[in-house]
Amino acid sequence: MILQRLLSGDFPRSRVLALALLAIVAALALAPFLFPGARAMNVAATVCVFVVLVASYDLLLGYTGIVSFAHTMFYGIGAYGVGLSLHSVGPTWGAVFMGLTIALMLSLALALVIGLFSLRVKAIFYAMITLAVASAFAILASQLSDFTGGEDGRTFGVPELLRPGFRLIEAEVFGTAINGKLITYYLVFFSALALFLLLLRVVNSPFGRVLQAIRENDFRAEALGYRTVVYRTLANCLSAVVATLAGALMALWLRYAGPQTTLAFTIMMDILLIVVIGGMGTLYGAVIGSALFILAQNYLQALMKQASDGLVAVPLLANLLHPDRWLLWLGVLFVLSVYFFPTGIVGKLRNASRKPL
Amino acid sequence: MTITTALPDTELPRLRLDVAPLLVLPILALLALPLVGSFPTWVTLTIAGLAMGMMIFIMASGLTLVFGLMDVLNFGHGAFVSVGAFTATLVLLPMQGWMQADSVLLNLSALGLAIALAMLVTGALGWAFERVIVMPVYGQHLKQILITMGGMIVAEQMIHVVWGPDQIPLPLPTSFRGVILVGDAAIEKYRLIAVAVGLVVFAAMFLVLNRTKVGLLIRAGVENGEMVEALGYRIRRLFVGVFVAGSTLAGLGGVLWGLYKEMLTAAMGSDIMVLVFIVIIIGGLGSVGGCFIGALLVALVANYTGFLAPKIALASNILLMVAILLWRPQGLYPVAKR
Repeated sequence: MILQRLLSGDFPRSRVLALALLAIVAALALAPFLFPGARAMNVAATVCVFVVLVASYDLLLGYTGIVSFAHTMFYGIGAYGVGLSLHSVGPTWGAVFMGLTIALMLSLALALVIGLFSLRVKAIFYAMITLAVASAFAILASQLSDFTGGEDGRTFGVPELLRPGFRLIEAEVFGTAINGKLITYYLVFFSALALFLLLLRVVNSPFGRVLQAIRENDFRAEALGYRTVVYRTLANCLSAVVATLAGALMALWLRYAGPQTTLAFTIMMDILLIVVIGGMGTLYGAVIGSALFILAQNYLQALMKQASDGLVAVPLLANLLHPDRWLLWLGVLFVLSVYFFPTGIVGKLRNASRKPL
Repeated sequence: MTITTALPDTELPRLRLDVAPLLVLPILALLALPLVGSFPTWVTLTIAGLAMGMMIFIMASGLTLVFGLMDVLNFGHGAFVSVGAFTATLVLLPMQGWMQADSVLLNLSALGLAIALAMLVTGALGWAFERVIVMPVYGQHLKQILITMGGMIVAEQMIHVVWGPDQIPLPLPTSFRGVILVGDAAIEKYRLIAVAVGLVVFAAMFLVLNRTKVGLLIRAGVENGEMVEALGYRIRRLFVGVFVAGSTLAGLGGVLWGLYKEMLTAAMGSDIMVLVFIVIIIGGLGSVGGCFIGALLVALVANYTGFLAPKIALASNILLMVAILLWRPQGLYPVAKR
């Protein structure tokens, strides 16, 4: 019953999928104790943030059928909002909330304006407008270097509770120090969990059904009496707000906000890849996709390096397997998955479990 | 009794030429004059803007036509720009001797060869792209955006595989370097060449579209594709042709743009795509004439603001787009169907 409420009645509906999800959540929940290294912790925190970021993007792409390229812009607003506020005011909780509030308001206003301006027309129009606006925003952020720190970004102090030097209790628990880094990790983890469950609630509500109706046939949805512009704009705003929160979490974790970690177009590409490979139109796809993608990003490259070193004799092949070319293979996988399994990994798993019936 | 269809002797009513968008350009240029202050600087900026506009037009025209004809928006168009520029290095770098020689003829032939190869390769690539990537997803906008984006990622990475991860410097041929002084205004020679090439492409396109059978079919296809098919023309073939032509032009634009920047990166295509999208939105999706004016407008505004207030140069294009769309929500020259 509790599970039913928590997951809003949207169960994984596949044994393999359920096991994979459980494994991921358990690994993330216990990450500081299971994988104590700094790098592993960083991977785990990035996965948490990306789950939220990608899930909020899936609300747009997978549920409403809108392609937006401005998602990193909202993500960046969140990161910069918290970062710049902490940088200029000083490391207090007040600054965190002030920055977050300003960032949320800015995101909401931008999402509303862009949405009302361009969601009336076709999906393609919206995609182009967001692409233009997002790139202008990224350039603006790197140009206003007095304020944003330009290309270098801003490093800043966080409130004392979250600093690595802070100790909650002196003793170690299972060989892990209970320090500020751990607390920050759990702040990120539980916020991400809460936001994810909230999104799950949204997509399984009547509101979410209307969004799916708009995705399937917007003309019909309009004919049934739903103002599609209003619903699309609401979805856009909601997804922007969640992306902003994800950005704020990332900034708190990294204690840094810069264009490369938040606003870069490559991150937008990553989000697209994760959504499509994980599975459009199911939020669980965001979990599976992010976990696989971030793991691949951090560990697959080492594997490719070995393969590439082994093939130095074959010139082109060695280049193809060069660790920096991992995006090539993901791109190919992306194109193939749009053709052959548009519902992604999650859709595949769900179908596989349905067949025996 | 026979039915005679009486053809009226009078001519068909001519299409009324919509001049308002044409006037925007000179008005904008004149408005900028007092802001810039000095006349020679203004001339330099205007020529630079026109040159940049022509190059953007060359890259954008194929895209807008493809969209108009088949309702396909190719987000991977930028890949053709990059591939074109990189292919040109295959000719230009080994032929450094001809490039550095102090002879216009040798310079031009090296450049001509490079452009020919680049256009050939991007044309072939465009054909393959249409077959493999775009064909299976006609009529599905969402998938089109995703799949062409994926195609661009792959193409960009393949450039890295073939040409390596580093930027490639691409110096201009000797005789195109330097400036011509007209009064006090300094005008770079290469910019004049870019303007000339752009005008030639525009004129050729205009003539093909307005004076030939193929052009007539293309324009008819943009207005109403089903009707053209009903009349017995294979619009699919026409479309493949336009797609290939569009990619070829993108390749040409890529070479010009690469020489203009004198530095090639694999991401140059996707970077310029932002401007290209703004241009085709401003011009009206599917309209070549609108695309031409839009490109010049965007480039002029970018150059003027780049001089007056460099920090908001790119934001200025967004403002321009918003202003134009408030004036004409469908773009400068809306295409009837949409």
